[in-house]
Amino acid sequence: MNSEITIKLPRCKGCGICVAFCPKQVLAVDELGKVMVVNADACIACGQCELRCPDYAIFVDKKVKA
Amino acid sequence: MERSFEKYFRQNRLPHLWCPGCGNGIVMKAIVQAIEKKGLDQDKTVIVSGIGCSSRASGYMDFDTLHTAHGRAIPFATGIKLANPELNVIVITGDGDCTAIGGNHFIHGCRRNVDLTVVLFNNSIYGMTGGQASPMTPTHKKATTAPYGAIDRNFDACRLAEAAGATYVARSTAFHVQHLTDMIAGGIDNKGFSFIEAICQCPTSFGRKNKMADPAKMMMWMRDNAVMKAAWDKLPDDKKTEEKFPIGLFYNESETDYATAYNEVIQIAGGADK
Amino acid sequence: MSKARLMQGNEACVEGALAAGVRFFGGYPITPSTEIAEGMAKLLPTVGGKFVQMEDEIASMGVVLGASLAGKKAVTASSGPGISLKQELIGYAAAAEIPVVIVNVQRVGPSTGQPTAPSQGDVMQARWGTHGDHPMIALSPWSVREAFDTAVMAVNYSERFRTPVILLMDEIVGHLREKVELPEASAIEIYPRRKPTCSRAEGYQPFTPDKDLVPNTANFGEGYHIHVTGLIHDDTGFPIGSPKITREVTKRLHEKIDIARDEITHVEEYFMDDAEYAVVAFGGTARTAYEAVANARKKGIKVGMVRLITIWPFADKAIKKIAEKVKGILVAELNYGQLVGEVERVVAGKCPVELCAKYDMTIFEPAEIEAGIDELVAGGKA
Ligand SMILES: Cc1ncc(C[n+]2csc(CCOP(=O)(O)OP(=O)(O)O)c2C)c(N)n1
Ligand code: SF4
Ligand code: SF4
Ligand code: SF4
Ligand SMILES: [Mg+2]
Repeated sequence: MNSEITIKLPRCKGCGICVAFCPKQVLAVDELGKVMVVNADACIACGQCELRCPDYAIFVDKKVKA
Repeated sequence: MERSFEKYFRQNRLPHLWCPGCGNGIVMKAIVQAIEKKGLDQDKTVIVSGIGCSSRASGYMDFDTLHTAHGRAIPFATGIKLANPELNVIVITGDGDCTAIGGNHFIHGCRRNVDLTVVLFNNSIYGMTGGQASPMTPTHKKATTAPYGAIDRNFDACRLAEAAGATYVARSTAFHVQHLTDMIAGGIDNKGFSFIEAICQCPTSFGRKNKMADPAKMMMWMRDNAVMKAAWDKLPDDKKTEEKFPIGLFYNESETDYATAYNEVIQIAGGADK
Repeated sequence: MSKARLMQGNEACVEGALAAGVRFFGGYPITPSTEIAEGMAKLLPTVGGKFVQMEDEIASMGVVLGASLAGKKAVTASSGPGISLKQELIGYAAAAEIPVVIVNVQRVGPSTGQPTAPSQGDVMQARWGTHGDHPMIALSPWSVREAFDTAVMAVNYSERFRTPVILLMDEIVGHLREKVELPEASAIEIYPRRKPTCSRAEGYQPFTPDKDLVPNTANFGEGYHIHVTGLIHDDTGFPIGSPKITREVTKRLHEKIDIARDEITHVEEYFMDDAEYAVVAFGGTARTAYEAVANARKKGIKVGMVRLITIWPFADKAIKKIAEKVKGILVAELNYGQLVGEVERVVAGKCPVELCAKYDMTIFEPAEIEAGIDELVAGGKA
């Protein structure tokens, strides 16, 4: 994992924009209509999800190597 | 890590009431990021909006905010700016708000060159009232009041603004969010009437009627059809198909803004030290 | 007192507004109010204020509301069609509690009507022109000097109650020329803009009412980050879909004016001490009514006059008192009959109420009102 994905779940409306624009299929919308991380290891911290989320519900930070 | 733009939102008002996938949230974030980029004083910045889904943005933004009446944001904003020119005044308006009911105020705001930054959230529809055609609904697109497709010709608000005298005119989209932020920041820099058209998706009222209910698909449509101004200018006419449109900075001229011009009137009238 | 000057009612209105601290005007030309815009264009910049000619009356109303929110005392003026256009935003000012003065120099309507001719046909529009439940203050001067005084009063009331105030002039007074002495600035009482009583950190809420039920809303740019909307809102300023808040806010908007009603309802009485009959009139018509009453007195009729300066809120108390004492009331107004309905409501059958109406684009002749008085006396209660 090279990234840390933070989700503010109460803000998420499950629109699927982040899912559609994620180049690595890291994300999915669950049956409750909220975003979830399904493949954290694949994340390349490109920030597409955060950039496009209309609800400021998802944030990605590059992991600082200890 | 908490993002710095969060300080520009009234946290107790979020999440916002817009539909899932609505582009308004993206444009609202672009505005606060442009404000941050330009380092505007939060206490000296006023957000003025009209009525519509997009105009609800003012309630979420942590500044002095004014949610006016349908179409009237620009006159209110003009009064604020002239009464206290040290305030930065940003106007949020919809395609119907700005070019239908507020059309006259829009062109006269441009003509006066009042120092305002006007961001038009163009979702091509009356979102709030449930999907009626606006003056910016493209011809042939469907709306609840144009069930067979609109026959009205649609405004190009950027060309309208330029012709009416705005001194900064730009367009971007919710897909090109960083570019959009830059376009708004440029408008804030311009001392005069700045107009930025932000094309954004309304999946609920426009998308569903026009076979594009998926907000991500609407954003991909923006990605695939927007052409940067420089490239657009070189594009042969037969490539400028109906769906394609230019984005970027279209016009920027420095001209005396209204408040500065009026200060001269005050000088002449002898009221400068009053 | 300064030197006497010959001036028009419209000019005196400009002088009064400036004396009361107005520093912003937005307007659109229309007869018979245009001289107010012209006077403002000339004088405002001499005191560091601003005038802007807008694209229409809706924009004129919007621009003054914006200026007021940013801290400037602001006025707009118009007539007939223009006042109709302003109505939506007059309601906005009532709902969002924004101080502003709207001058209406009445002309004949409806529609374009008789553009240059006098009328008092906007009495009910002044009260009910915009939609929904809302309070309203309207003042009507009968002389050039009083155009000055009521302009000062209108500005003061708009600030004190944070509400739109209509200065209901008419073409008669607007274009009347009289020699007047205006008071020195030091003799004019000015109600200053209300100020927040606590800081943001101390939990400031822009629409929390003070003891007089009026909120101390901050101006834009003072660091309070207030939200202003025409939607029904609670003390925070944010909209809320609650029956309880809707009821409370609607009630408070009315009550803030109701509780001060005695103070702001100005009425003048002439020849009323021993009067058996009364003429009720206001504005330019009261000038003719006064003459008619004086003539009737010479004929031995014990008639007096009650002149309303404050049209809204209506002078219920004063009219009720008169109804207890006289044998009949004649309402003289330059319209088809508007104020008379209010008088009838208050009199509630205690004495006959007759209407002396005129709506032919000309002003009353004293003889016409005298004839009305004669009829009243002939048919009044024994
Ligand atoms: C005077 C007036 N007329 C009509 C309306 C109803 N109305 C509210 S929003 C709206 C259209 C909004 O469309 P737009 O400006 O494109 O904003 P959007 O909702 O799409 O963001 C209309 C017609 C109103 N509020 N006021
Ligand atoms: S884009 Fe945002 S709101 Fe939409 S599903 Fe992803 S996290 Fe949720
Ligand atoms: S940062 Fe990029 S790769 Fe990681 S989840 Fe977001 S969109 Fe996918
Ligand atoms: S109706 Fe359209 S514009 Fe309004 S919130 Fe929903 S998606 Fe957004
Ligand atoms: Mg729209």
